[in-house]
Amino acid sequence: MRVVRIIPCLDVDEGRVVKGINFVDLRDAGDPVELASVYNDQGADEIVFLDITASSDSRETLHEVVRRTAEEIFIPFTVGGGIRSVEDARQILRLGADKISLNTAAVIRPDLITDVANEFGKQCVVVAIDARRSDKTICGFEVFTHGGREATGLSLLAWVREVVGKGAGEILLTSMDRDGTKDGFDIEMLKAVSQEVSVPLIASGGAGNLKDMVDGALSGNADALLAASIFHFGELTVSEVKKELLKAGLAVRGA
Amino acid sequence: MTSRPTVAIFDYGIGNLRSAQKALEFAGAEAILTNDKSILKESDGVVLPGVGAFGRCAEALVETELFSIAASMAEEAASGAKPFLGICIGMQLLYNGSDESVGTKGLGVINEQVRAIEGDVKIPQMQWNKLKCNFKHPMLKGIEEDPWVYFVHSYSAPITEESVAFCDYGSDLNAAIAINNLWATQFHPEKSGKTGMRLLKNFLSLLRSNQE
Repeated sequence: MRVVRIIPCLDVDEGRVVKGINFVDLRDAGDPVELASVYNDQGADEIVFLDITASSDSRETLHEVVRRTAEEIFIPFTVGGGIRSVEDARQILRLGADKISLNTAAVIRPDLITDVANEFGKQCVVVAIDARRSDKTICGFEVFTHGGREATGLSLLAWVREVVGKGAGEILLTSMDRDGTKDGFDIEMLKAVSQEVSVPLIASGGAGNLKDMVDGALSGNADALLAASIFHFGELTVSEVKKELLKAGLAVRGA
Repeated sequence: MTSRPTVAIFDYGIGNLRSAQKALEFAGAEAILTNDKSILKESDGVVLPGVGAFGRCAEALVETELFSIAASMAEEAASGAKPFLGICIGMQLLYNGSDESVGTKGLGVINEQVRAIEGDVKIPQMQWNKLKCNFKHPMLKGIEEDPWVYFVHSYSAPITEESVAFCDYGSDLNAAIAINNLWATQFHPEKSGKTGMRLLKNFLSLLRSNQE
């Protein structure tokens, strides 16, 4: 039985969740630790933290936030952003994270995936991929790095095969075309990747309503659905999403 | 014994043990990560975690010279001595060996072989799954009626009379075993929310009753 996971994603900048700032009720609760705890209570299956802080001085802030969050939630907890070495990964795991998400650093040095997987196990390594539609690659999707600012010329499907070969335990696939649009996940892209590799696939970018969530799992064949703004802005709760998935005949935890 | 029992977690250089430590602390234990045999022996109970490949875990136990003590403590727990909890690969290590790492010996407490998960399912099982279990067993006492727990594994121990919980993934898989004071789970109680926390508290209750 495949059980679809719902994963709220917190983009953290200088120790604060940034996508939630326009949502009045969350403005005061913009503390990532509190939000993670709210999602935990709503029945989230996992929490992802992505540190989008540019300055390296803020690593300390992030570490503190990761430590405090890990002390409160006992569900899988993934942390990404700025992890460039096995030592960086070790530091984050020691603070209580369960998984490490690698993105740009993995493109720069693919063996980093293997190094982290060898040290902590494949289950610990999530490779996050930002991709968009492009005619520059054979498969029609191109991988971007540095928070979507730099094109790599890499074909998405070739990169997906490579990261799995290097030891990725999961793939977190974000559609840059859809991110923030609420037009739904890029189903075609999800399908292409889920057919290419067998590791669990987390869909990200574009979820705007309940139907999008169902489509991501049913048509896109994603194993997990990640969303940020629809949860932060209070448009949907984790349990509403789960009930809808259940209605569509999918298995979810505790709806 | 104090109200906070001491749990020693085998620290043999494998993976990320902080999650297990903090969950045990939250459940009410004094949890220590250690490779010191005397601390392991003096604790009220021990936990053998494990992630990654069976072979690498077994070899790491040998390299840190903790293989024999893990084997004897698990054997003794099975005969009613100091409680022992194996988690994930820490459960699989209790068996003779695993098809994942042919030729590498496990602790051999249970005379069976760990096998690959079969069926039309994604490997690894990396997800929450619902337990079908013996709710009366002390390990599972007081857990929710719909006990969801978090799994990450590609191999699985066969179902035997020691099994107290199962999950459906391709077929029924062995999710937890108990032999006297030797408990083990294929899933991760430390990442399984309320259900997992209840199980860890039950383990601490076992430690307390063992002292009485």
